[in-house]
Amino acid sequence: MTPPAVPGLALGRARWFRRLRLPTQPLARHMILALCGAAVLYVVTSSLSPYNDFEVGEIALYVIALSGLSLLTGVNGQISLGHGAFMAVGAYATALLMTHTHLNFLLELLASIGAAAILGLVIGIPATRLKGPYLAGMTLLLALALPPIADKWSTTFGGDQGLTTTVPAAPGTTNPEEWLAWIQIMGALIVVVLLANLLRSRFGRTFRAVRDDEIAASLAGIHVARTKVIAFVISAGCAGLAGAFLGLSTGVVNTGEFPLTLSIQLLAAMVLGGTGTLMGMWWGAVLLVYLPQWSTSLSGDFNLGSGASAYLATIIFGVVLIVAMIAAPTGIQGGLRWAWGRISVFGSRLGVSTPSVSEGPGATLHGPDQVRNSG
Amino acid sequence: MRQSSHTSIGRALVTGALGVTLGATLLAACSSSPKATTTTTANVPGVTATSISIGATVPLTGPAAPGYDEIAPAMDAVFGWVNAHGGVDGRKINYTYLDDGYNPANTATLTRKLVLQDNIFADIGSLGTPTQAAVQGFLNTQKVPQLFIESGCNCWSDPTYPYSSGWQPPYTVEGKILGSYIKANFAGKKVGYLYQGDEFGNDFVKGLDMEIPSASVVSRQSYDAATLAGPLSNQIAALKAAGAQVVAMATIPAATALAMLPAAAIGYFPQYVISNVGADTPTVGPLLSSFTSKGGGSAAQAKAATGLLNGVITDAYFAPEADVSNPWVQVEKKLLQDYAPSLYAKSGLDGNTQYGIALAYTFVQALQAAGKNLTRAGLVAAIAAHGKNFVTPGFVPLSYSSTVHFGFQGSEVIKLSSTAPPAVTPTGSWIGSTPVTPVEVTDIGSAPVTKYTGSTSTPPTSLVSTS
Repeated sequence: MTPPAVPGLALGRARWFRRLRLPTQPLARHMILALCGAAVLYVVTSSLSPYNDFEVGEIALYVIALSGLSLLTGVNGQISLGHGAFMAVGAYATALLMTHTHLNFLLELLASIGAAAILGLVIGIPATRLKGPYLAGMTLLLALALPPIADKWSTTFGGDQGLTTTVPAAPGTTNPEEWLAWIQIMGALIVVVLLANLLRSRFGRTFRAVRDDEIAASLAGIHVARTKVIAFVISAGCAGLAGAFLGLSTGVVNTGEFPLTLSIQLLAAMVLGGTGTLMGMWWGAVLLVYLPQWSTSLSGDFNLGSGASAYLATIIFGVVLIVAMIAAPTGIQGGLRWAWGRISVFGSRLGVSTPSVSEGPGATLHGPDQVRNSG
Repeated sequence: MRQSSHTSIGRALVTGALGVTLGATLLAACSSSPKATTTTTANVPGVTATSISIGATVPLTGPAAPGYDEIAPAMDAVFGWVNAHGGVDGRKINYTYLDDGYNPANTATLTRKLVLQDNIFADIGSLGTPTQAAVQGFLNTQKVPQLFIESGCNCWSDPTYPYSSGWQPPYTVEGKILGSYIKANFAGKKVGYLYQGDEFGNDFVKGLDMEIPSASVVSRQSYDAATLAGPLSNQIAALKAAGAQVVAMATIPAATALAMLPAAAIGYFPQYVISNVGADTPTVGPLLSSFTSKGGGSAAQAKAATGLLNGVITDAYFAPEADVSNPWVQVEKKLLQDYAPSLYAKSGLDGNTQYGIALAYTFVQALQAAGKNLTRAGLVAAIAAHGKNFVTPGFVPLSYSSTVHFGFQGSEVIKLSSTAPPAVTPTGSWIGSTPVTPVEVTDIGSAPVTKYTGSTSTPPTSLVSTS
């Protein structure tokens, strides 16, 4: 029985089209996807205004922080409410180096990653003994206690005024916002490719094994504590880089940029994007950057006062988060995967083969359900 | 790798909704058009033949919001009055103030939005030291005036940032004036400090130390504003243990209340000398009452708590709201009633609304001084040239010059007294004050505190000369 004539079906059934596949070797696959992403983003940033370029850059830096958090919480099962503190360490490291030395820019970024990673090591070791709400509490303490240290030693850390950062000069006539956005996008793509490869490797499997069942993993020969610490260190390093980029975006690093709400918003954005995924972090970062603005313009349409519109942003964010947690815990990326799965099923009924999603970067197996069970 | 089998339709719907939210935000963001400001023949951003667009970032939510969220609407009342009377040189003032929640990362984003997308002419009356420090470099690079910053930091008068200026007295100036009063009137007594652990507190203490001999200072206690959640009992206990008879405080209103209440509870009643930032009675009074009630006190105890303010020494640089016979207070009250009635009903005329009105009126005069041929550089130059002659409710004239970008650098020391006429607002009747020194001036450096010998200005019959 011939399937009904559907436009485009002929394409789907053509043999050459069916042979078009991304390479299955992870590094090649991820590099090609990253290059495609880079090309798209280049076109996008070139055609946008400087202010929108600035926003795209912000999205990219949050992707870095969220990807690290997704690895730690979604893939390794350790909840962290303290990633704002790691971002602060990275930001201050870069700012201090820029103020006191003339070190190469890339070395400064590496130093930020290193400083945050060292803190991740310090926190990650005792954290191996804690799970669920106790770990959350400890990281919460970190988020609250670390930034005020900079206020205490205000001569070194600049106090309220903070330390200024300088973006390396843009080449030629590129405007500075576009140039900074490009630095941040490159950082995000490199981090995502590295993490995607990591998750597809032995490390990724080890992380998931420890998340799913520590005892079974230990019996299988996995060093549980070492795995957890490695995940913490990598996650902290990502947050450190994101913090350095945040300092560059803002132009100044002071403790006011790293309140408790930052850590909580990161966690919320990660959940909304899709815990345990990497692609989902792009959606989470977009929400993080744009949802407040969208709420403000929405309240402008309804002619609420400035005070009410400011609270509306918080309310909408909270409502979206609650609804998502109840009804769609795998977030946007999980939902997209589900939708793509349905299309594949539909397509296979029509005789078309669609690329399988299960091998995508950072495929999630169990997402937050498992995190709840292991808590 | 199977998806768990929840109600897939429900999940689909919700994920679809999330995706739609995402799509809508993306669309809204990409298609958000800049505010309609065409440019004049002179091509000055934010200025047309009939309007001037200005912007600011202020905390409307978050811990810094209470009280400070009244300032921008009060400024808007002044602009409402100006616009109702034809504007300045025929141009109406459009004021856009956005909420940065006192977070400098938000300030950086919102300020860039205001400048790059909304094309504001100038950033007027934005609040906060860490927040405005975050955008000082950007605004000066873009040559956008960052004027009348609502902060007493010493950093706004800096030759490397010529487009920035302050307005309120720098905290060091205030510290010197109050320190000089302590030195003169409490010589030989033991002094303790309680200060906020940031620029505000540190600059204030710098001023105190320039006047009070260090041998007299027996205890220095600080607190962190970001984690202020309960009574500052530890700090108060330390001050009492050190025997401090005078306590100089650089505290925000909430911290003032959270210091005085535990002190009263342990029977410790030193002479308080408090920065005007944390001593506005219609702001601190209600906090004393509500914190007492929350702590389990009766209604009578809550009412009695406001009496703790009696005898407190603080300073004022314009006539406080309790001084109802002062012509400026009468003009401010009428303006607020006519052009911001809901704000007046909620807060009345208090320290914050007075501050906003005075600041906005300073800006209006700056616009007038800059003239019809309005440019950004011209506005900054006009303030340097004519700022000293502006008519303000302040006790001293503004200090603006080509080298000084501070506004007021003087105030008078006042004592809160239950025998003085009270300040009456919609929220109740709050303890008034009497001056205990003449008006004094100084600077943030080594100049001594000296008596001001000039005169104060009186409000004109109409706030703005319509020309």
